[in-house]
Amino acid sequence: MTIFWTLFAKETLRFWKVATQTVAAPVLTSLLYLVIFGYAFNARVQVYDGVPYASFLVPGLVMMSVLQNAFANSSSSLIQSKITGNIVFILLPPISHLEFFAAYVLASVVRGLVVGAGVLIVTVWFVDLPVAAPAWVFGFAILGAALLGSLGLIAGICAEKIDQIAAFQNFLILPLTFLSGVFYSIHSLPEFWQRLSHANPFFYLIDGFRYGFLGRSDFPPLASLAVVAASFFVVSLLTLKLLQSGYKLRY
Amino acid sequence: MSLAVEEGEFFGLLGPNGAGKTTLINTVAGLARADAGQVRVMGADVVADYRRARRQLGVVPQELVFDPFFTVRETLRNQSGYFGIRGNDGWIDEVMHHLDLTAKADVNMRALSGGMKRRVLVAQALVHKPPVIVLDEPTAGVDVELRQGLWQFVTRLNRDGHSIVLTTHYLEEAELHCSRIAMLKAGRIVALDSTRNLLARFGGSRTTARVVARDGRQFTLELAGYADLEPQLARLRLEGVEIADLELERPDLEQVFLALTS
Repeated sequence: MTIFWTLFAKETLRFWKVATQTVAAPVLTSLLYLVIFGYAFNARVQVYDGVPYASFLVPGLVMMSVLQNAFANSSSSLIQSKITGNIVFILLPPISHLEFFAAYVLASVVRGLVVGAGVLIVTVWFVDLPVAAPAWVFGFAILGAALLGSLGLIAGICAEKIDQIAAFQNFLILPLTFLSGVFYSIHSLPEFWQRLSHANPFFYLIDGFRYGFLGRSDFPPLASLAVVAASFFVVSLLTLKLLQSGYKLRY
Repeated sequence: MSLAVEEGEFFGLLGPNGAGKTTLINTVAGLARADAGQVRVMGADVVADYRRARRQLGVVPQELVFDPFFTVRETLRNQSGYFGIRGNDGWIDEVMHHLDLTAKADVNMRALSGGMKRRVLVAQALVHKPPVIVLDEPTAGVDVELRQGLWQFVTRLNRDGHSIVLTTHYLEEAELHCSRIAMLKAGRIVALDSTRNLLARFGGSRTTARVVARDGRQFTLELAGYADLEPQLARLRLEGVEIADLELERPDLEQVFLALTS
């Protein structure tokens, strides 16, 4: 276990030492989203009866931060290590692919949850937010962060340059989060886009996470959890295979 | 190629750029995978039994790499942890002491000079007390003081029973420290023998003495061996040459190297 703990602690300390950039900055971004969208739409948009738009928006923003930061943690750590060459420090020791995977993904989960908690703490001052079912909140947050941490590992393994990580982020992660119902209920979309949204695993993450707060969702939360868990299972299997084969890490 | 380094040896890998020295080391360390063939470290296969193989091996990489997030001590503690070792501070302090790093223990890696970073790389390779230590051009771009300190430490480790494998461009270093040498060219071993034999085989007949006379004349004496020196000098004196300066050129690895790789 020492090997796993050391790598996990190192990955966690890595982002904590630059917390202004890795925690405070994303919290501020979410606050800006809340100010702009929350106040601009609060009077005009009501997604669920009796739920103000800002209360609908906050869980989405929190989850979006969790997902984006979990992805950023593993992907940026790995690509930086590859580019600077200090990846040899973890390739030379007897670290198994399972320890490698668990340490990086768990550190990503920690970063995702820390940022998510930060967003929640600064936004609850402005918004009235119920917590209907806290177990769902944690379940979806942890599973979502783990899924994105794992995707971040895949991106970090495959990428050779920082701009390839940025492309992954801008062309895959960002559209998937924005089109997952962070800012709206997918029921307000035309039929075609509704159906397309159901193919987006991030939709189930946001929707199920929101259920934990509001007690209402577009999709049954248990079914959402099953979709998310299945996605995580598939993505982690792929990540473990890549790590085991040494793809783009060992030549 | 087929190559066996014995336990406790101080072994040199020499060859021009691109000969395959680093590729060979990377294959041993598991950083590169061989298309075919087998590598074992202390009997452990580097692929099938990689955990055991890597525990036996400490590699000082050629590139000057570091993790800018951590101090020297944190770097060494992390590295110990990656080998499954906890509470390693006693040994870490000892290694830092021998590499003259103690004063820099709590300094961030980013703030260290190149030579200091090189020392930390050596320390990182030693945290788990590996029986086999591989140094990939450890003295490239390193000042004289560190070079001497480093060799003292490595020689001591070798005396204590650690096997050392060294690649270097500085032939005099290999000549001074290595008991056996493999010369590589284009991925093949072109010579593999004890340092003494290599020197005798390829440079033995080339010992020369350069003599400068008081009147400025210069003579080059080709010697069959050291025993040949005195008679040749006597002959010069008979001809009235007063010797002002004398320099002996022993055969060195450079000549062997050139003979083999050109």
